[in-house]
Amino acid sequence: MNAADLIGFVVHEARLIDEQRFEEWLDLFTEDGRYWMPLEMGQTDPVLQQSLFYDDKLLLRIRVERLLGARTFSQKPKSRCHHVLQTPVVDESDAAANRYVTYTPFHYVESRLDEQTLYAGWSRHHLTMIDGALRMKLKRVDLVNPDSAFGNIQLFM
Amino acid sequence: MPDYRTDAGALRALVRETEVHRDVYTDPGVFALEMERLFANTWVYVGHASQVANAGDYATTTIGAQPVVMVRDHTGVVRVLHNRCPHKGTKVASEVCGNTGRLFRCPYHGWAFRTDGKLHSIPLKEGYDNTGIEATAAAQGMAPVRHVREYREFVFAKINDGGPDFETYFGDALSSIDNMVDRSPVGRLEVAGAVLRYMHRCNWKMLVENLTDTCHPMIAHESSAGTATRLWKQQPEGTPRHPAVEIYAPFMSPYSFYEAMGIRIWPNGHGHTGVAGSIHSNYSAVPGYFDAMVAAYGEDRAKAILDINRHNTVYFPNMTLKGPIQTLRVFKPLAAHRTLVESWTFRLVGAPDQLLERTLMYSRLVNAPTSVVGHDDLEMYERAQESLHSDANPWVNMQRLYDPAERDQETAVTNGTTEWQMRNQFRAWAKFMAPA
Ligand code: FES
Ligand SMILES: [Fe+2]
Repeated sequence: MNAADLIGFVVHEARLIDEQRFEEWLDLFTEDGRYWMPLEMGQTDPVLQQSLFYDDKLLLRIRVERLLGARTFSQKPKSRCHHVLQTPVVDESDAAANRYVTYTPFHYVESRLDEQTLYAGWSRHHLTMIDGALRMKLKRVDLVNPDSAFGNIQLFM
Repeated sequence: MPDYRTDAGALRALVRETEVHRDVYTDPGVFALEMERLFANTWVYVGHASQVANAGDYATTTIGAQPVVMVRDHTGVVRVLHNRCPHKGTKVASEVCGNTGRLFRCPYHGWAFRTDGKLHSIPLKEGYDNTGIEATAAAQGMAPVRHVREYREFVFAKINDGGPDFETYFGDALSSIDNMVDRSPVGRLEVAGAVLRYMHRCNWKMLVENLTDTCHPMIAHESSAGTATRLWKQQPEGTPRHPAVEIYAPFMSPYSFYEAMGIRIWPNGHGHTGVAGSIHSNYSAVPGYFDAMVAAYGEDRAKAILDINRHNTVYFPNMTLKGPIQTLRVFKPLAAHRTLVESWTFRLVGAPDQLLERTLMYSRLVNAPTSVVGHDDLEMYERAQESLHSDANPWVNMQRLYDPAERDQETAVTNGTTEWQMRNQFRAWAKFMAPA
């Protein structure tokens, strides 16, 4: 696995979200994959501490299906989103353990109606190869201000 | 627009038997009066004593619009002080929580205060010699909120003198706190996990009304709970129950379920949904928990405690809790059209961690800025806040299952789809908003 493949994965993953290709995005997760957004800086426990997201694949699928629903009123009109990524850094690359971790500072904008909200943070992709393709075991998103009061965050960072 | 501060008749006229005027949600003048009167005349939730376990521990918050700090003083008593330096008004404690040691020290000119608020020292104090400073409010230190009551570690405060004492004000509504605490085998709760903070661009009362609004889940939450339920049914047979689906699915219960759930009305705007069970009644048992409860209380008492599954209890004006899952929410009014919702989660001391895990999951899935159920609700509140500006009809309706006889009935158990509790809240609102 070379760095370009890992970086390419992270860039592609953000693009799928921005283009709202959520089915393809879900396929990037392993079956036991998680999308985690801690509520505290440096948080290590997602289970007995509170988080903003700690979704398994079923919970993510519920969100994705909901976004498409005919009676999803908070998506009438729909939200859109936009990522700007700093070049990902490969933090760990262990082929023997089939374990790869990247670190990606980002800005993310979610917009709906006349509002556009900016979020900033750092993503850590914990990746593994399955049947010749990279998959996310964990996407951890640390916001610079997880303790701020937010309005609705309806899409994915 | 009437001047509600000087025109008591106009203020009274905002609340009718089954309708309220939209100004209660949209008018900045009414909001200012709420901060001045309603939030000063009532017992308002401040925090939980476990947030300030040790002497010198403090937590900052607000009562209405007023910044306060809850602190455990050096005699072990939990106090609530106005978080304002008596010198020039600077906020003294600025962190969300911390330990201040033996003294609070103002960062501006260094005046220092004991943990009970009393003035301890002023740098270059001789500058005040013979100025008569002793007779001023400044020399008193950080002013304490005069009426503070800790009930089973839940701390409430009332700013104004007069009005009902704590027991009279809450009465039987305290039984929901009792049930939440009793669910710990050792009778103790601890705040656990960081607080979720969710910003709402709507009036705070919309959230309080929603607590007993049982005719919205099957409509407004079809998108979230309905989708969850549908996806779950598509899973292969024999898939173990998903804890999140256990949380979501009951939201989609039919009207008959909510009717049978029941609503209880108490004086002073308090009340609760879920008299005969609720959407929290059928969660999977957590291994080891019932045994721990039986060991602590005996089987009959343990069963009696766990058979109470109240849904939302309204502690008027702006706090609610869910005993069966140990969550507490505070609706902090920031402006007529702006409310901060704080969701607090508690550990049942002496109970298995799995209960805390479920509590955290519930709040994350239902009451967080990232929760789809929350998105459903907030969309409705924000649409209301916007469209109340229509002049088509200035009245908001809350007439469901109205009976004129209810006026004379301070306490009741009734059909779970009634809007009586909303009317009850507005009757209390009118009472505590009246000019002194
Ligand atoms: S303002 Fe606090 S010491 Fe002067
Ligand atoms: Fe709701």
